[in-house]
Amino acid sequence: MAVANLLGNLKKSAIAALWLAFLTLPVMVIRVDTVEKTVTWRWMHLAYMLVGSFVLAVAWHFLMDRRDRGAANRDSGGGETQSALSLWLENPSVMRPLMAFGLLVAVAFPWVFSMYQTNILISALIYVVLGLGLNITVGLAGLLDLGYVAFYAVGAYAYALLNHHFQLGFWTVLPLGAILGAFFGILLGFPVLRLRGDYLAIVTLGFGQIVRLVLENWSAFSNGPAGISNISRPGLFGVTYGVDQATTYIYYIMLALVVLTIFVTARLKDSRIGRAWLALREDEIACQAMGIDNTRAKLMAFALGATLASLMGVVFAAKTTYINPASFTFMESAMILAIVVLGGMGSVLGVILGAFLLILLPEYMRAFSEYRMLIFGATMILVMVFRPQGLIRAKRKVYKINTEAA
Amino acid sequence: MEQTQNAVLSVRNMSMNFGGLRALSDVDVEVRSGEIVALIGPNGAGKTTFFNCITGIYTPSEGQVLAYPTNGRKMRADGARSDGVRINGMRTNLVCELGMARTFQNIRLFPSMTALENVMIGRHCRTRAGILGAVLRGPKARREEQEVVDRSYQLLKKVGLEKVANEYSRNLPYGAQRRLEIARALATEPFLLLLDEPAAGMNPQETLELKEMVIRIREEFQVSVLLIEHDMKMVMSLSDRIYVMEYGRVISTGTPAEVSADPQVIRAYLGEESDA
Ligand SMILES: Nc1ncnc2c1ncn2[C@@H]1O[C@H](COP(=O)(O)OP(=O)(O)OP(=O)(O)O)[C@@H](O)[C@H]1O
Ligand SMILES: [Mg+2]
Repeated sequence: MAVANLLGNLKKSAIAALWLAFLTLPVMVIRVDTVEKTVTWRWMHLAYMLVGSFVLAVAWHFLMDRRDRGAANRDSGGGETQSALSLWLENPSVMRPLMAFGLLVAVAFPWVFSMYQTNILISALIYVVLGLGLNITVGLAGLLDLGYVAFYAVGAYAYALLNHHFQLGFWTVLPLGAILGAFFGILLGFPVLRLRGDYLAIVTLGFGQIVRLVLENWSAFSNGPAGISNISRPGLFGVTYGVDQATTYIYYIMLALVVLTIFVTARLKDSRIGRAWLALREDEIACQAMGIDNTRAKLMAFALGATLASLMGVVFAAKTTYINPASFTFMESAMILAIVVLGGMGSVLGVILGAFLLILLPEYMRAFSEYRMLIFGATMILVMVFRPQGLIRAKRKVYKINTEAA
Repeated sequence: MEQTQNAVLSVRNMSMNFGGLRALSDVDVEVRSGEIVALIGPNGAGKTTFFNCITGIYTPSEGQVLAYPTNGRKMRADGARSDGVRINGMRTNLVCELGMARTFQNIRLFPSMTALENVMIGRHCRTRAGILGAVLRGPKARREEQEVVDRSYQLLKKVGLEKVANEYSRNLPYGAQRRLEIARALATEPFLLLLDEPAAGMNPQETLELKEMVIRIREEFQVSVLLIEHDMKMVMSLSDRIYVMEYGRVISTGTPAEVSADPQVIRAYLGEESDA
């Protein structure tokens, strides 16, 4: 059986390699020099093509087989297979020191590394919170929101405009931004209450575009595509900082916000509200029939996700001191969604990992800038084929049961 | 139709149209306190549609659905029976909160939640913790949460699923999933339990156990039961009264003995069964 399978795979790979080599023959092998008027036949390239695609195809089949076998085991055995990574990470004796170490590194970071690195990390942290926020809406409650970046824009413009017109400071606008975000979340939530799946995705996508278009075209309000500059950096009790210190300061603000967000979302996930969101995601009719108010649960999910995005918008505006509508395109929404999906829908740890991977990797791969998006795309496809549940599969809590209770 | 003294559910002249299709026409059904009532009829007779109409999933086109909760909710302060609560058009979650909980013909559990959590969902409408409670986990929120866990575990025990409390519900065998749905419904503290083909897909042994379980549940939880079922042996030995439906109409009603002697029923339903 195994041998037959292997032979079959080799045969399939060989055919694929031959076919690919044949298709690419004109491009790879024949080279016409129009100046010298000569034709060179680079037969070595054909060999590279054959061997290369054959090896890749065999590897692909091998991985696919492994994946299918995993699925079959899961179906027959009933048990869940856990990835080695998540098993290892869930062990408290690994998890605790790792968290402490991570926090230590995070606190020391701006003193050890350069401003440039700190700035990149601030961006990554912003995306961690954005990911965790969208994770509430999409990962937990199952409401596919493709216009999430609109709430990010709400926060950013709230700070920029209030700062510009009324000289309001960062710490004043931060809570205002949160409230405004929640308000916009509910504003979007109401009209889409009855929509599900694809329809919901389309409407939220439209909402995101509307917000961006308004910012772009209503110049009197938002200064149009030129954007708003000279936004104040955060101060503390009237003290204002220079660029370097301000970066460090914002870094610590972000770190605190990340820790707070992780704490809040992790606790929500295993609470009465979190369970209601999950039930909503799994089966809306059954959820309602079990006495859960769908409307409330949905609006809460939209509002909370939007609050976090709006908070991040305020921080973003304060960090860059300049914003324009180009920062809030659909690509941003797609990126944040990719973080949630890649990391693992509903898993807090997964989303954090996803944010770091998707934001830091492209940043450090600038050296290969031409292939950056290609590698990015290929990685996403591979992850989705082999780990559709994301890097870390969301796991449900095991509750402590008081068996004596009558 | 005058209302019987101790009815908990009274459906009068209810009809349901889907476009041109009349799935239910002039249906009268009554369930009295503590009764086990069965709803039977051939495939497509409209039984599930009836459940959907009285649980707010569909709004009936005509007629009245009245509930008389016996579990203290929505009763007059002096203890006298109110005129009943009109249910048609009520939102599904409010019907459940009022005290009518159901299971589904095609099992609708929450697959990526554990068995325990599925039951805990049923406690949602009887608990209050909000976002602040969830995040701060004050003593009150913690006590409530522990109570939810413990009660849900006890309910799992009642349906014999305590050993798989922490298994994902998608991994449970079919019969266990059906029982889990019943536990989840009981967690909402209903006065009326609506079961849609609870024995479907079960073997005779499991069906027998289910029957005993339903009787036990009625005693212990003081609920009335309305169930849809195709298994004649179970229906005949379990129910106090039976309604027989065909083409969206109630064609016969009475005790099991009366119904099985009704020539119309024999022609429409039992006859077909014995011929097959
Ligand atoms: N949402 C709907 N839209 C249109 N027609 C419907 C809808 N729901 C049910 N029906 C129709 O109503 C009729 C009754 O269906 P119902 O599911 O209530 O039957 P049932 O008695 O539960 O049958 P079974 O024993 O097979 O479960 C069927 O003809 C069905 O096609
Ligand atoms: Mg049915």
